[in-house]
Amino acid sequence: MSEQDQAASTTKPPVLALRDAHKSFGAVQALRGAHLELYAGESHALVGENGAGKSTLIKVLAGVHQPDSGTIALDGEPVTFRSTADALAAGIAVIYQEPTLFPDLTVAENIFVGRQPQGRGRTIDRRAMNAAATELFTRLGVPLHPDRLARGLSIADQQLVEIAKALSVGARVLIMDEPTAALSGVEVDRLFAVVRGLREDGAAVLFISHRFSEVEALCQRVTVMRDGQHVSTDLMPDVTTDELVRRMVGRELSAMFAKEDVPAGEVVLEVEGLTREGVFADVTFQVRAGEIVALAGLVGSGRSEVVQSIFGVDRRDAGTVRVAGRVLPPNRPRAAMAAGLALVPEDRRQQGLILDLSIQRNITLPRARQLATLGLLTGHSERRSAAEWARRLHTRFARLADPVATLSGGNQQKVVLAKWLSTEPKVLIVDEPTRGIDVATKAEVHRLMSDLAARGVAILAVSSELPEVLGMADRVLVMREGRLAADLPRAEATEESIIRAGTGAAA
Amino acid sequence: MTTTTRPPSAAPERQDQWTQRLRGLFGARILGLVLALAILIAVTTLLNPRFLSGQSVRDILLAAAISVLLASGMTMVILTRGIDLSVGSVLGLSAFGTATFLSEYELAVPLAVLLGVVIGSLCGAINGALITVGGVPPLVATLGTLYLFRGIVYFWAGGSRISAGDMPRSFLDFGTARILGFPYLTLIAVVMAIAVGVYLARYRSGRDLYALGSSPEAARLAGIPATRRLMGAYIMAGTLSGLGGVLYAARYGTVDASAGNGLELDIVAAVVVGGVAIFGGSGTVFGAALGALLLTVINNALPSLGIDQFWQRAIVGALIIGAIALDRIVAVRTAAAARKATTHVH
Repeated sequence: MSEQDQAASTTKPPVLALRDAHKSFGAVQALRGAHLELYAGESHALVGENGAGKSTLIKVLAGVHQPDSGTIALDGEPVTFRSTADALAAGIAVIYQEPTLFPDLTVAENIFVGRQPQGRGRTIDRRAMNAAATELFTRLGVPLHPDRLARGLSIADQQLVEIAKALSVGARVLIMDEPTAALSGVEVDRLFAVVRGLREDGAAVLFISHRFSEVEALCQRVTVMRDGQHVSTDLMPDVTTDELVRRMVGRELSAMFAKEDVPAGEVVLEVEGLTREGVFADVTFQVRAGEIVALAGLVGSGRSEVVQSIFGVDRRDAGTVRVAGRVLPPNRPRAAMAAGLALVPEDRRQQGLILDLSIQRNITLPRARQLATLGLLTGHSERRSAAEWARRLHTRFARLADPVATLSGGNQQKVVLAKWLSTEPKVLIVDEPTRGIDVATKAEVHRLMSDLAARGVAILAVSSELPEVLGMADRVLVMREGRLAADLPRAEATEESIIRAGTGAAA
Repeated sequence: MTTTTRPPSAAPERQDQWTQRLRGLFGARILGLVLALAILIAVTTLLNPRFLSGQSVRDILLAAAISVLLASGMTMVILTRGIDLSVGSVLGLSAFGTATFLSEYELAVPLAVLLGVVIGSLCGAINGALITVGGVPPLVATLGTLYLFRGIVYFWAGGSRISAGDMPRSFLDFGTARILGFPYLTLIAVVMAIAVGVYLARYRSGRDLYALGSSPEAARLAGIPATRRLMGAYIMAGTLSGLGGVLYAARYGTVDASAGNGLELDIVAAVVVGGVAIFGGSGTVFGAALGALLLTVINNALPSLGIDQFWQRAIVGALIIGAIALDRIVAVRTAAAARKATTHVH
């Protein structure tokens, strides 16, 4: 794009504009004065803490929710989106955080659902549909077969199918809600290449991410939201990351939290020769009391599988796990819990929480037996204990009896943490403890982990975020293709050494 | 630079194989049904040669006709993650209605037939409205209407029955007439099943039913008109049950208030055995029709082999469990294969 074009695009009305939007869900004001203007040929970043209203804003633009007040304008003309179909027809395509494909339909059908090419007698022309899908995939440079079922596609491929769908409707506005949260580095690069291509073809892109490096790499303009309100919009080069973070939280944040040094104690967790055919092999390591050990590596290198096998949720084919010298029986999470192990899983919505149950019930779930009197759970003891833990973790909620599903992502994560911390574990295993949660909550989680370590808990943390790994870990174990590739003490752990060990790239 | 990432062009081949494997598994279900049918027929004929006599085959085709008709409608509903437990009662209501219109009100045959079908459509519309507008889960809604519609038949019939002598000759002839040896009723069922099959496979709104069952949330985001599609599916299931009721009256000639009692579970069984996923999103009418045919043949073959009625039921039960176990195995295998495919792409 030449500089003249760029100048022209800024004088034209924005492709899509949202002005002074308000939206409430019951007592919760999700949006109270949101602004956003998207221009053709430009990537626009939307940043804000969890619960700042970003997801609601997207859903208003996508026609999922209708704003209580405020206007949406398309090319300067006011419009109303009554449904997702309206927004799609206007050329607005959304790629949600969790891709929404139909697992039982083919990839091509997923792209063209409701708009399949028709032949004679309005029947679907499958050949034309598959040809069109192949063409889209070629344009995107992805090797997907149009006749393949969507079931079992990796998240990265699912997102590419969604992008192909956006292309097929001739979308002029592409909205992406944390598309990179579950992607590996290679996949992120591929996604960005695709998005840059679309932008050069004149699409307006709205990109939501918690990763500032990605925002800087991809976007020309950035809008900060806080508490449902517009805070600022700037050209990317005009603001620093520190400044953005400050605006997001509304106060100065100390730099990334660093773990305090604690003398390491006894060996608490001992893993020896842990193997699961085809997934990981011969994993051996130890974690001492007061130590935080990070388990790094690429997505798919077997990190989550290893910790799930340690906890006994996943099967293991060989190897032993000892907690404080006692051997854990395989496949018995209950025995692992009794021995003092706690696992905060990666996917909090699916594995960590029962979304329809109340906050207090979720927090007290692992201890339901201890809290019960004569086998009966009384609301009182449950509530008291839950309130105590919710307070310690600074969880924000309306009532303890509300379903967990009503909380924002960061607060849900705190509930999962509270649930396991309340069991007073000797060993705490956390899998991606800060994925998809905002900067302030991240820092709180880090502080919490450091406190726990100081009190003699052994912590094993799976994490894909290198700054977190480097800031928090006493030692970094790096996995590659199911094996431990490196055991780096803090002094030797750098982004470079971890990436090198994780990818097997030559030094 | 040496890297461990594979060139992306290596992937399509693998995915091609993968699709083929999936296709193979789908084919395996149809093949399995056809094989089971062939073996059953062969063994039964060997032991009892009269099993393949013209009359016996016609009996099976006639009995299967109604099952196939209802199974086609049930397939549409189950694809959307729903279920219609009221089909037996709808059939009863329509059969009794049609017979009454002919015997008591002496309506013209085409008009009575049409009214019988319309009764089915109305029942389907009630189910659809309860589920879409009322937000009642399909299992509960249609369980309710199962009793409701059956109650109406009992009230209407008041213990009476309509026998063949009360109905016009032409209507009853229609129930047994044949073209080239094939009973009319069977042809009607086959034509309807093909129509539903083509609709589900080749029309946008038909594919929407798969989409709705595969992921209701994604369907909402994709702007699929869920209410309209679900209404359509339940009305169609009701209409086909209504038509089934008309055929029932024509075939048996004698209709009382208990016509079609308990039929719903046989139909659900046929659909599940035929490979339609009970949680929606996948399956074909062809499979469901084969399932219906297989269960009908079992019901006819086992007595002619002198096998105890208890074993007939147990065999049907084993088939259902086997079919669902097979689905699970396929699902686990494909998930594992997908995991393998993705772990190495990174």
